[in-house]
Amino acid sequence: MTVPEIFLSADDMQSFTLTLRLAAMVTGILFLVGTPIAWWLATSRFRWKGVIGAVVSLPLVLPPSVLGFYLLLAMGPDGPIGRLTHFLGVSGLPFSFGGLVVASVFYSLPFMVQPLQAAFESVGGHPMEVAATLRAHPLDAFCTVMVPLCLPGFLTAGTLTFAHTVGEFGVVLMIGGNLPGISRVASVQIYDYVEGMEYTKAHHLALVMLVASFAMLIAMHFLRSDRRNA
Amino acid sequence: MGVAQLIHAKICLKRAGFSLDVDLRIPSTGVTVFFGPSGCGKTSLLRCIAGLEKSACGRVEFEDEIWEDDKIWIPAHRRPIGVVFQGAHLFAHLSVRGNLEFGWKRLPKANRRDLTSVIELLGIGHLMDRKPDRLSGGEAQRVGIARALALSPRLLLMDEPLSALDHSRKREVLPYLERLRDEAGIPILYVTHSPDEVARLADHLVILENGGVAAQGAFREIQNRMDLPQWIGEEVGLVLEAVIGEVDPVWGLARADFPGGRLWARDRGLPVGKRTRLKVLARDVSLSVVPPGRSSIQNVLAGWVEALGEDEHPALVLVRVELGGSALLARVSRRAVHEMGIAVGVSVWVQVKTVALAE
Repeated sequence: MTVPEIFLSADDMQSFTLTLRLAAMVTGILFLVGTPIAWWLATSRFRWKGVIGAVVSLPLVLPPSVLGFYLLLAMGPDGPIGRLTHFLGVSGLPFSFGGLVVASVFYSLPFMVQPLQAAFESVGGHPMEVAATLRAHPLDAFCTVMVPLCLPGFLTAGTLTFAHTVGEFGVVLMIGGNLPGISRVASVQIYDYVEGMEYTKAHHLALVMLVASFAMLIAMHFLRSDRRNA
Repeated sequence: MGVAQLIHAKICLKRAGFSLDVDLRIPSTGVTVFFGPSGCGKTSLLRCIAGLEKSACGRVEFEDEIWEDDKIWIPAHRRPIGVVFQGAHLFAHLSVRGNLEFGWKRLPKANRRDLTSVIELLGIGHLMDRKPDRLSGGEAQRVGIARALALSPRLLLMDEPLSALDHSRKREVLPYLERLRDEAGIPILYVTHSPDEVARLADHLVILENGGVAAQGAFREIQNRMDLPQWIGEEVGLVLEAVIGEVDPVWGLARADFPGGRLWARDRGLPVGKRTRLKVLARDVSLSVVPPGRSSIQNVLAGWVEALGEDEHPALVLVRVELGGSALLARVSRRAVHEMGIAVGVSVWVQVKTVALAE
């Protein structure tokens, strides 16, 4: 028996790795989806931009069960997302890992978009103009100037998104249920243990989550101060 | 120089607080200065030519190329320009070398010039490995200029490149700009609100006022127009093209010779034979109808009154004195003009108190 297996059961490990896998995938997808949205929100002069911003921020204030409920309907066979995925040859998003990823992307969107938008706004449009006068195509300028200048913002956005996805509970229950290996993430597992009065097991997994989360924040802190001193 | 050697910019912009409506034809050689008070639209004009802003009726032509009209729009990154901004706006995440090579790397290989001459021209060789936050304001601006020159631009646009610098930093960077004008051999459009920079750099001058062009033409001609000098207020004066004729190390003076006269000024270390520009402010010039006696003012020239003009205050008159090849402006009171009988054609003695010699 290896050390983690003494401390965490095989079920725990499964839920733990499932959680990390989900959070990593959601963070990766959101870097791709959230960056253009944040850029648009930071630079557009569109009159109704505030409305779009509010829609993006909605998951911050909405009870997760409300969001989960609507997402469940949307992913169902008659919902817009369900029809789209059916058309693409994938069906049955609810109660699957894929469904969980889609739901989490919506749920964690503001945690990616808001720090990025703030970073873009604080750096301002000027570096992009300077880069344009130095022969850089807008996309080139974004990748070689804006991204490096906003690296702390990307770091914050990634960390927050990852951590927030790890901590998800309500949406997971609504969309994914509680299926081992598919949707039973760590937070659901802990809930199960507490429901079943298995406090020792709950303690173990909760402690691992606590230490891992803390380690992540500390690592981010040192990364940022490293950059500042570089 | 053919007829095509022109920059044509027709720009109209409406923004909160000001509007800009100009139709300019500028020679594509030498330094053209856009001069005017802040808020007159001169920076916007430069931004339109750079392709950073779109104008409602925009038409921008450079020599035989159209950069912008009602159908064509060449974006900024595809215009053969170099831009120097008000603050240097170096990329903070790159070293000086990284900044210098940023645009240069994006040129086709065949168009990449050897950067050594640019580094030498701006004197930044010892700064190459520094990060921008370790540079002084003057050094950063020199790197900013070098970064634009590294592109081998066909047109250099400079938007108040000195205005973010304090006085001594300005004096540090100005000589580099003069070298640039004399050695780089590319047309430069230069935006400023400083009469001093106009005097030092302008070959061609465009005076902007209230969103339109108040006057434009060769600097030498513009500065001779009596109806215009008011635009520089206290700083009214004329610029003389001179050559250093003699240096007197004992008294720390240098003699500047120009057609029709010579003036002694503080020695700024310019060698004999060096061409320079002298700015003589009208307030430093006084007139006398008899030869002046012993005076602390030792620069005395003879000439005759060529014209009288209005000054900013009704009690003052600007008198233009022809020296025989060059001219000076004197600011005197209307009463003095009346009592001394100064009129066009009268012979006068000109006393010049101080002369600013470009170092």
